[in-house]
Amino acid sequence: MYSQFVDTGSDRVLSSEELEGLERAFQERIDDEITIEPRDWMPEKYRETLVRQISQHAHSEIVGMLPEGNWITRAPNLRRKLILLAKVQDEAGHGLYLYSAAETLGVSREELIDALHAGKAKYSSIFNYPTPTWADIGCIGWLVDGAAIVNQIPLCRCSYGPYARAMVRVCKEESFHQRQGYEIMLDLCRGTDEQRRMAQDAFNRWWWPCLMMFGPADGASVHSQQSMAWKIKRHTNDDLRQRFIDQTVPQAEHLGLSIPDPDLKWNEEQGHYDYGEIDWNEFWQVLKGNGPCNRERLEARRNAYEDGAWVREAARVHAEKRARREREAA
Amino acid sequence: MSDDQHLQTYVLRLADNALVLGQRLSEWVGHAPALEEEMATANVSLDLIGQAKSWLEYAAELRGGDDADRLAFHRDVLDFHNTLLVEQPNGDYAMTIARQFLFDAFHLPLLEQLAGSADPRVAEIAAKSAKEVGYHLRRSGEWMIRFGDGTDESRRRVIDAVERLWPFTGELFTGDAVDEAMLAAGVGADLAAVRERWSGHVDEVFAEAGLERPEDGWMQSGGKQGHHSEHLGYLLAEMQQLPRAYPDARW
Amino acid sequence: MKEWPLWEVFIRSKHGLAHKHVGSIHAADATMAVENARDVYTRRNEGASIWVVRSENIVSSAPGDKEILFDPSDDKVYRHPTFYEVPDEIENM
Repeated sequence: MYSQFVDTGSDRVLSSEELEGLERAFQERIDDEITIEPRDWMPEKYRETLVRQISQHAHSEIVGMLPEGNWITRAPNLRRKLILLAKVQDEAGHGLYLYSAAETLGVSREELIDALHAGKAKYSSIFNYPTPTWADIGCIGWLVDGAAIVNQIPLCRCSYGPYARAMVRVCKEESFHQRQGYEIMLDLCRGTDEQRRMAQDAFNRWWWPCLMMFGPADGASVHSQQSMAWKIKRHTNDDLRQRFIDQTVPQAEHLGLSIPDPDLKWNEEQGHYDYGEIDWNEFWQVLKGNGPCNRERLEARRNAYEDGAWVREAARVHAEKRARREREAA
Repeated sequence: MSDDQHLQTYVLRLADNALVLGQRLSEWVGHAPALEEEMATANVSLDLIGQAKSWLEYAAELRGGDDADRLAFHRDVLDFHNTLLVEQPNGDYAMTIARQFLFDAFHLPLLEQLAGSADPRVAEIAAKSAKEVGYHLRRSGEWMIRFGDGTDESRRRVIDAVERLWPFTGELFTGDAVDEAMLAAGVGADLAAVRERWSGHVDEVFAEAGLERPEDGWMQSGGKQGHHSEHLGYLLAEMQQLPRAYPDARW
Repeated sequence: MKEWPLWEVFIRSKHGLAHKHVGSIHAADATMAVENARDVYTRRNEGASIWVVRSENIVSSAPGDKEILFDPSDDKVYRHPTFYEVPDEIENM
């Protein structure tokens, strides 16, 4: 999702009986639902997996500010402008909470950001799609944040304490994000023909990429099973995707939007919606850097960081000068 | 002009200063120099746009039959009453901070005076805004000091920014018939007194930052009366695009 | 280039509870740390007072000492109010 692919470095998941010593004690704690804290012993692969996942999540929040930030200066009324500004600010805050959680694992924010800017770290594929109309802002809130919530609620029970606590804060703050998006869609769908056209067009463009946010089927993947054994992850990608589809379809119907999937159908027997084939080729292409906005997004982040270097340096040098003066005066 | 019209203009000036500066600051979102600065800049922008909303709601009531959004999104350049200072482009972070500091140091004593206005709505909005602006001023002043007393580069940049912006500070304190009428009615602020506090604050912060205060040379003016720089038209074109393109739509 | 150091943030809410750890931020100095903490962690009216401390200055107990430090209080049930029997008809206790 916000971390669609996390390599756990494992070839095979070992049960606690197969493990020895510290590793075994560690897995038993996890099995007993005891939270792991920064100074506790942990297997190196657990630590590395968490750093990868938390930093991908943090990068997604920060890159995710750009497609919506694009519309702050053009929001169509004062109320919407205030809401959108507050929402995008929340995302900066969420990125910040998550970088802090990653820092408890012995990496610095700077290293993580350098990896992003060097193109070595991933972020969610969804933020490489453009926001050409105001309806895109509605769709991001309703669908992208809706998908994020489906994914993040189980993360509040993640085995690593600082990550779980950051997610509790994020989920609490995010409750308004999805609602504001749906409200934008409601206004558009009840509005003029031009507004309804905008809404349907944006929905057509976001639906499939949102389903891709959950990542490819991973029930059989060793990384997914390892993450589940460590209780970093609690459900498979397909389970979460199904949950998202089941809750979103009636919301779309209420708006009077048609779903751009001819195979979408309620399956009475299963109690779920069946849906069509996802274009995984598109997903891989976007992940590889060929999405419509990959270059712009990374460039914008790099520029912000590089243009800000003298500002951060000035504050640091001033703090040192002041501390030195205070020492000399004492 | 009647006192009613003067009051409308007076309130629109307060509104437009906050709206235009809030809009400018929001351009930084996603591009600020540090994550913590993202948060801070967005907070100041939120405060200012919130203040603008309150002032515009009052202005709309005074005009009768208007609403705040119509005033924000359907007036053109000639009908905007903000000072030239706040519409200046963001430039680098030194320019943004210097613009903010020079404005905050004016905004706070202005609002504190208006908190005692004879007009209860003006007094109420000003009192609430003054609390927010007290924090803005503290932050922007601290950044002025960090830049002035930071690295050679930050010092060079902030000196350049102050020099560029100084000619726009005169307008903040130049009164016209509207200011005089509102002062006489006990509604508006005494700009000479505001200037004195501004000046004292600027001197104090500049001294700590090791910055020299520029000479008061020729000052630009006209924004309060609707005569703006070229920059405002672009800002409004961007901000007003949707409601102008779809006049019948509700958002 | 060296980046701003890390600070831990503690906030006391309006309800008079003790300061509680809420997370961390980066800042060049103490003044900026308090303000950044305010801008990051009190956006929803959460705070009435803020403490910040450089993360490197926090001393914590070692996880290996857990048994020595905390297990002895496991059997001091008399410190907990539910240890005492109070008849059902007694109120306000």
